[in-house]
Amino acid sequence: MIIHSIFFYFFSIIAIFSSLMVITSRSTINSVFFLILDFISVGCLFIMVGAEFLGMILLIVYVGAVAVLFLFVVMMLNVAEQKQSWFIGKKSTHIPTGLIVSVLILLELLVVVGGWKYKEDLMSSSTLVLSNVSNTHQLGLVMYTDYILYFQLAGIVLLLAMIGAILLTFRERVGVKKQSYINQISRNPTTAVELKDVKSYQGVKIDD
Amino acid sequence: MIEYLQILGQEIYKIIFLLIPILVSVAMIVWLDRRVWGLVQKRRGPNVVGPFGLFQTLADALKYIFKEIIIPASANKVVFILAPIVTMTLALIAWAVIPMSKDLVLSNINVGILYLFAVSSLGVYGIIMGGWASNSKYPFLGAIRSAAQMVSYEVSIGIIIINVLLCVGSLNLNDIVIAQKDLWYVIPLFPMFVIFFISALAETNRPPFDLPEAEAELVAGYQTEYSGMMYAMFWLGEYANILLMCAMGSILFLGGWLPVMDIYPLNIIPAPIWMISKILFLFILFALIKAIVPRYRYDQLMRLGWKIFLPFSLIYLVLTSSFLFYFDKLPKVNF
Repeated sequence: MIIHSIFFYFFSIIAIFSSLMVITSRSTINSVFFLILDFISVGCLFIMVGAEFLGMILLIVYVGAVAVLFLFVVMMLNVAEQKQSWFIGKKSTHIPTGLIVSVLILLELLVVVGGWKYKEDLMSSSTLVLSNVSNTHQLGLVMYTDYILYFQLAGIVLLLAMIGAILLTFRERVGVKKQSYINQISRNPTTAVELKDVKSYQGVKIDD
Repeated sequence: MIEYLQILGQEIYKIIFLLIPILVSVAMIVWLDRRVWGLVQKRRGPNVVGPFGLFQTLADALKYIFKEIIIPASANKVVFILAPIVTMTLALIAWAVIPMSKDLVLSNINVGILYLFAVSSLGVYGIIMGGWASNSKYPFLGAIRSAAQMVSYEVSIGIIIINVLLCVGSLNLNDIVIAQKDLWYVIPLFPMFVIFFISALAETNRPPFDLPEAEAELVAGYQTEYSGMMYAMFWLGEYANILLMCAMGSILFLGGWLPVMDIYPLNIIPAPIWMISKILFLFILFALIKAIVPRYRYDQLMRLGWKIFLPFSLIYLVLTSSFLFYFDKLPKVNF
């Protein structure tokens, strides 16, 4: 067990250190890199407690997709140069907002964990069998039977968020020529070339 | 404590005996790639150093080692040096779960295919970091292109993996191979195999999707500012990734280490040889495509990923699951 606890402290120290670095490092790019390190070490902690599926999904979704987009946006907007004003000592509006959000999250966590303490059958499930079934199977068994409604609702909420984001950023540009693959492929030598008699001093109109 | 150290020692021993063959085969595969490329174009390819030019890559590596490493003055030094290391490491750690036979695997974990998928999706970081840290226009454009490309094609690879998993009922790579004992999945899931192959080309930045390093527009893309050993590490990582994609394709669709048919002269050939020959088969297809297909335009690449592959693989997923459900062929879980 010594090795196990050494690894546990190793990963958790890295996780805490990197999450501190996310909010204190001056360059935004470094913040994102520390965020990635944080995700990876939390994923390792998940795997250490036996939740291998969750750990891998955390790696795939957060590190493989979400953090890439973060990095993408930070690099594209070139916010790497910005100095975080509160770090230097000026007054800023970030701290009160951040405090309110973190207090709310703390309260929510207390409610959830307290709920487990008070009502122990809250997390027990009729279909969950704790035998030698693998972690992935157990998750699937619970999620697609007892909690199928919540699972589907969460999916719909995410879909709505995606459609909303697309709708907000969608704008139809005028004067853009689009390539039509069907027109391109269905061209043949007889229709592709057209002979026109050009009257002098009048020219021809080329339309697309 | 001493027992743990012993276990650690054994594992390191195993890891070294996994890494050395992979690095050697990466070197050989670079030679094979150039050779096939040459043969398609009616050239000879590298044939001077050693028998058939086999030591060409070693000679190249030697040259890279002795070259000077130049770090641009305005580069972010830490990230600049870290980028090729990340690429190389990620390309190598994925091999820990690839089964060469039923027992010949470094770690036979329950969620092997998810691990492979996760590691291959992390591969984009090396490229983004390299492109950004160079602090130059062309590498940055190349990095942006490759990030968008890899994230897009991962989506369809994910759905293809779900297709296979529906038929297997397990995330373990050995289970996936054993489930194909009677019928390789390349036959019932042939369209998925084609899409997987093309997505793997895009995921590893191979031609015709090598836009991140399109030499006509971007010099060499994200590796423009790299030189010497750091360039070589990018290069080795890229080829190790290509081999990994080939291994993934052969496990998911071509029956991994299983023989073509379970009959007498074929099933005495050892399993690793079957696995290696399948990887080589897929790699030669990769190399042929490099030689015969022209490069895509970037908007065409995005269109192919999002508007064709994603809907098609989703429809095929619905078809596969309805087929399995209707004929009651869904894999059973033993409790």
